[in-house]
This record gives sequence, structure tokens and C-alpha cells, in this order.
Amino acid sequence: MPLPYYVSPEQMMQDKAEYAKKGIAKGRSIAAMEYNEGVVLVADNPSSLNKISEVYDRIAFAGAGRYSEFENLRKAGIRHADMKGFLYSRDDVNAKSLVNAYSQALGTVFSQEIKPLEVEILVVAVGMDDDPNEIYRVSFDGSIFDEKGFTVIGGKSESVLAKLKSRYVTTPSASSLAEVVVSCVAAMGEVTGQKLNTEGLEVAILSRSAKGRVFRRLPQSELSQYLNPSNPA
Amino acid sequence: MELPLKFTPLRCLEFNDSESSFHQLLSNRFPSHFASKGLTNQTPTLDGGQIVSPLLVPHGTTVLALRFLDGVIVAGDRRATEGYSIAERRIEKVHAVDETSVIAIAGAAGPCMEMVRLLRVELEHYEKLEGLKLSMEGKASKLAAMIKGNLPMAMQGLVVMPIFAGYDVKRQSCRIYKYDVAGGQYEEAEYYAIGSGGKDARGSMKKIFKKDLPREEAITVAIEALYDAAEADVATGGPDLIRGIFPTVKVITKEGVSSLSDDELRTRLNQLIARSQQGG
Repeated sequence: MPLPYYVSPEQMMQDKAEYAKKGIAKGRSIAAMEYNEGVVLVADNPSSLNKISEVYDRIAFAGAGRYSEFENLRKAGIRHADMKGFLYSRDDVNAKSLVNAYSQALGTVFSQEIKPLEVEILVVAVGMDDDPNEIYRVSFDGSIFDEKGFTVIGGKSESVLAKLKSRYVTTPSASSLAEVVVSCVAAMGEVTGQKLNTEGLEVAILSRSAKGRVFRRLPQSELSQYLNPSNPA
Repeated sequence: MELPLKFTPLRCLEFNDSESSFHQLLSNRFPSHFASKGLTNQTPTLDGGQIVSPLLVPHGTTVLALRFLDGVIVAGDRRATEGYSIAERRIEKVHAVDETSVIAIAGAAGPCMEMVRLLRVELEHYEKLEGLKLSMEGKASKLAAMIKGNLPMAMQGLVVMPIFAGYDVKRQSCRIYKYDVAGGQYEEAEYYAIGSGGKDARGSMKKIFKKDLPREEAITVAIEALYDAAEADVATGGPDLIRGIFPTVKVITKEGVSSLSDDELRTRLNQLIARSQQGG
């Protein structure tokens, strides 16, 4: 009987990580950024399949990478949140436990399966009253990053992040929705080297002041008001 | 209680778990939530057409719905009874399910409230998973399936009898659905009332209901029908002007669901009482 080839664990993990990173970098970016009234999610997404979604009253999800994989994670998240809210109370559904669950799922797949999930996800929540907003990024291996102010996933996320950091952002939480959307779109456009038009964007907000389900997708008309203020549609 | 979240790779990548029904999800993960067999050894008795439960639990009484020019009025009294005593004076039996639909429930209060809660989550769950809202017909059928699932409980006397009404975006009109205990679903074109005082409310509406009434007159019809039901049926609560308890009245139109304020109801009820004192 031939002996199986020996591959060191380090090598195996490195290969998997490289594979996942490559898959995620192939796609387009999604940015999340705080503004004075909540958090906005901006995705460079010309397709009609959504990358951004509502999860619960004050929680939203965004996924980059392989669609079928993050779509499954999105649905699992909604099931988790709805189940928890039904069994306990709507107030007991929080972003932290959701992020932990995502981290567990991604981490388990990364260490146990041959093929890791080629996804990077964002879980965003707006606080009640004086509670701060939360922006969590979960990477393909299940590591959680608790981001402050803004973050970018998918595509050339590091370049977009660098552009946002250096040029556009002073204090995002003091900026208006329009300013923040313009910054995100400009940073993404510069990195990809093409001007993004409203049809190729998927933008949604979680607004702090709203009651109940606070997730809202911005319609094309509202987007073009922000991006082309000089020539109203 | 252990949380249902098993984010194991197999679980989240399972294909047959991709149904968009929360009700289904709950019964798969927590079958005990719907356990109802062997609840009691007794069977309910029929008393004058009413199913009388061997279990003494609070029961909600009269609710009604009627169509008017721009939509539907859904209303209900506020009493819950437990045998011959009053269990609750301020119970709410008419609930908005989402922005465009309302459910009104008569029957065993506990299971009724549970069903309202479940239906709300069900519709929201579907909308989030699919990215689309269910159609009016779809919502009504979903409710029918839930009532059918409640049949074992109903056989033991824990009956849930809803009226479901809402704005149908596709048809651009409001619709009313009524149900039987077995999950049968019937659309009602004009008006309907159910619960212990339902028959009295229907009788009252039969005399004063007209097609395409304006909003104000339709609300009067609803309030009068509940008033008549409270006069004829012991289990239906009349307006309590001393404690300030008034029937619930919700109006559904193309614009959504709105509720009548207590002040508005008080004014209307005072007018109604003044009219009946004059013998008119």
C-alpha cells in the first residue's frame, strides 16, 4: 500500500488561505462606513443578485466572493436571528452573537474541509440611543475584525481602504450620507479605474433614528441625487 | 433551552434547508413547540354551535372585518373570558401583521397570540430570505397552513379562528379571508364576523352594511356591530367609558394600516350612545 504524501499543516493552511484570498480578490469591493445618522453599505455590483441584505431590525449583512457561498451564510444568519428573536425577544438579537456564529462556521470549514469558503463577510449594526454602531468583518478563515468607522471587503479591498483612509475620510461619523456615499464610490472607482454609475451600485443604509426594521435600500433616484447633484434626474 | 444555531458546514450548506418558511424551520428544529397530542383526555363539547373547551383558558370573543370604498375596516372587542368569568378587559385581538395586512383572532387567547407572532415572523422571514414580499394570496395560504397545523389543538378545544385582511398590491384592492378550524380558506366579498358574538355582529352588519361605503360610515358600521354583539353576547365586551376601554378599530387602505385613537373612538361611542338614548 502506497503511503499518502505528507503535507505539513503549515503548508496546507497556507495553500488554503492563498486559494481563498485569490477567489475573494477576483470580485468587486463592498464598503461600509458610518455617517452622522447611521451606517451605509456601498457595493460595486452591476448584477441584480444582491450582495447586501437585511438580517434583523438593526443588523445588515454584506458578502463578497463566491455568491453561492455567502448567500448560504446570509440565509443561515437570517434563520439564526429570526429564531432567536422568536424564542426570546426582538431585543435579544445582537450582532455579536451572529458574528461569533459566522466565525465558527467559517473557521470550521477552513480547518476541516478541503476547499475553504471563498468569502469575506460584513455584519453591521446600528445602536439604540447612545450605543455605538458596530462593524464586523469576518474573513474566510473565521477571524473577526472589529472595525471602527469604516471598512472594505472583497476585490482590491486594501487599495480601496487605503484610498478612503488617506484622501476621503476625516471623521466619517460626522459626515452626511451624501458625503459618505460619494467618498466610497470615488475610492472604489479610482481603484478599478472606471467611473461607477448608479446602475452599477447597490447601496443600503441602516438608520439610527428609525424604529423597528431600519434597513433600507437606496433607490436609483436618490443615489443619483447624491452622486450627480448638479444635474438632477 | 439550546439555541438552534448550528452553523456547522453541513447545516449551512444543506440544500433542503433552503425553504423560506420560518414555521417549517421552527417545527423542524423544535418539534416540541408544536406538541399538542395527549394534552387532555377530554374532548370538547358542542354547545349551541360553539366548541366548548374542557380546558379553562382565556378565550377572545368577537372580531369583524368589512370592506368599504378605499379598503377594509377590521375591528374587535377587548374582552377575554375564562368560562363565566372575565379573564382580561384590555386584550388586543386585532394586530397589524405587516405594513399592508391585519389579522383579527377569536378563540383561545394563548394559541391566538402565538399564531399572530408566528405569522409576523413568517412573513418577515420570507421577505428577507427571498428579497421579495409574499403576495396577499400567499400570506393567506400560509395562514391557512398554520391553522391546519393547529387542528390537533383545536380538537382539544384550543381553537384559533382568524380573519385575515389586507391590501393586495397586484390586484390593487383590499381582500378579506375567513377560515375554518380545519384550515379551510374562504374569501369574503363584503363583511364577516367571528367569535362568540360573531353571529350577532353579522346580523347587525347585514342590516346596515352597504357596498362602497365611505370611510366614516364604514367605521360606524363596525362600531355599531360590536356594540350590538356586546349587548347580545355575554362574552363580548362593550365599550367601557369609565375605564376608557374601547374596541380596537384598524383601517387598511392602499397607504397602509392605521388605528383609530381612543379619543376618536370615545367621541364616536358617545354619539352612538346619545343616538340610542333618543331611540334612533
